[in-house]
Amino acid sequence: MYLYPIWIRIWHIINALLFLILIITGLSMQYSNPDFTIIRFDVAVSSHNISGILLFFNYGIIIIGNLFTPNGKFYRLKWKKTKGQIADQFRYYTYGIFKGEKTPFPVTEKRKFNPLQKITYIMVIYLFMPLIFITGWALLFPELIFIKRIFGTSGIHFTDLVHIISGFFLSLFMVIHIYLCTIPKPPGSSFKAMLTGWHQHEE
Amino acid sequence: MLKKFILLFICSLAFPIPGTSQETGESGKEKCLACHSKQDYTFNNPYTSQTEKRLMNPYYILDTASISSGVHHKFNCTDCHSPDYETWPHNGELKLEPINTCLDCHGGDDTYAKYHFEEVDAEFQQSVHFTATGEHFGCYKCHNPHYYRPMARDSKVMTESISYDNNMCLSCHSNKDRFGLLSEKGLFDVMDRHEFLPNQTAHFTNVRCIECHTKVNDSLMVAHNILPKDKAVKLCVECHSSNSILMASLYRHQAKERRNELGFVNASILNESYVIGANRNIFLNILSLVIFGMAIMGIIIHTALRKVKQKK
Repeated sequence: MYLYPIWIRIWHIINALLFLILIITGLSMQYSNPDFTIIRFDVAVSSHNISGILLFFNYGIIIIGNLFTPNGKFYRLKWKKTKGQIADQFRYYTYGIFKGEKTPFPVTEKRKFNPLQKITYIMVIYLFMPLIFITGWALLFPELIFIKRIFGTSGIHFTDLVHIISGFFLSLFMVIHIYLCTIPKPPGSSFKAMLTGWHQHEE
Repeated sequence: MLKKFILLFICSLAFPIPGTSQETGESGKEKCLACHSKQDYTFNNPYTSQTEKRLMNPYYILDTASISSGVHHKFNCTDCHSPDYETWPHNGELKLEPINTCLDCHGGDDTYAKYHFEEVDAEFQQSVHFTATGEHFGCYKCHNPHYYRPMARDSKVMTESISYDNNMCLSCHSNKDRFGLLSEKGLFDVMDRHEFLPNQTAHFTNVRCIECHTKVNDSLMVAHNILPKDKAVKLCVECHSSNSILMASLYRHQAKERRNELGFVNASILNESYVIGANRNIFLNILSLVIFGMAIMGIIIHTALRKVKQKK
């Protein structure tokens, strides 16, 4: 079934590439060392800044898309109803999958994401991404950080901590996201779907 | 006789002290500052036999508040200047007398041994200031003895100390008149010359010029060997790394023993500043490694169990 329209696929690929650049350059800056340079510091700073700004505009695409196209409904949930379903999906990943059980929430046209996937995407798109953008812009224009002291440290240092913690969780998300895409059968079908838009039913 | 009279008259214009201070019983520094802290002075013009009021030469006006907060505030003016200045009108030739240098008082004295004045002088003599201008460049060009405060040691507010220090450099390097006293080269624009620095304002307000323009000396609180411009630090990672040179210079006083141990980790050291790549929180580092390690381990175990299931 055709699930992923072209604009989502382009958005997703740009997202993936920018995420990779941002993670590599971010780590390179965070762990910069004169004796062991992964990427030259000034190059890492410029690439990180440019990629971050591009990601910000790319983020605008999914926000506008979710507001004005039917895609938005995949990012809404009713907590009371979903709570138990998340537990079921978690149980499947940690237990049922090894017992040969079928996935409890197979992909349909009305249910593109399983409940655990949905709550994770909502957290990523509506919590961590805004956090990393706000702090990222603030670090790009540090003179605009109006809180000079917070929790016994400087406003800019605190902003940086929020930025790198958000970055860490987003990186972790990316790793787990890629791994979980290897689960559906046949192998590689998820990756293929992100290029073609066609979701292949599990065997 | 007439020549002497004219000379005396000119001197009285250059170094006027009205008689009133003697009458009020002021002595020492206060007597000098009675005139030298004001914008104008009055004197008796022997030609017209009238009392005249004129503007003081701005270079001879002192800021009494800055003097009071300076390290030499207990001194009398004549401790360094010629005692002949106590006579008014001042003799104009006094201006030509050499003034005591810092080492005249501070050199070879055990009281000041901990400040390493001799070593500072030795460093200074290697610096581009000395090699390019020789004896014309003395301590006073940067350190005004009237107002000098040991900010690197005493200031509790880092940005205050940084601004104080950078203003020393900028007093010449952004003032073509003062710069022209020592160099024939035209004055360059500091901002243009440092255009390569991202977030220029953040750099200028959070680090001192000497961080990049001196060679760090571990035995001196403040390095005095100002390097030629081609030898200045230009590699970002010199500062932007856990082993940042800022720990040996700017933050030296606050973080003497923590350099290699925790880097810029401890917020108590650096709670005012932030340096990308240097502000690493060791606890967050460990926590992030543990979480990431667990995730990778989880993925490996999950994959292995899936493979086992497939074989069954």
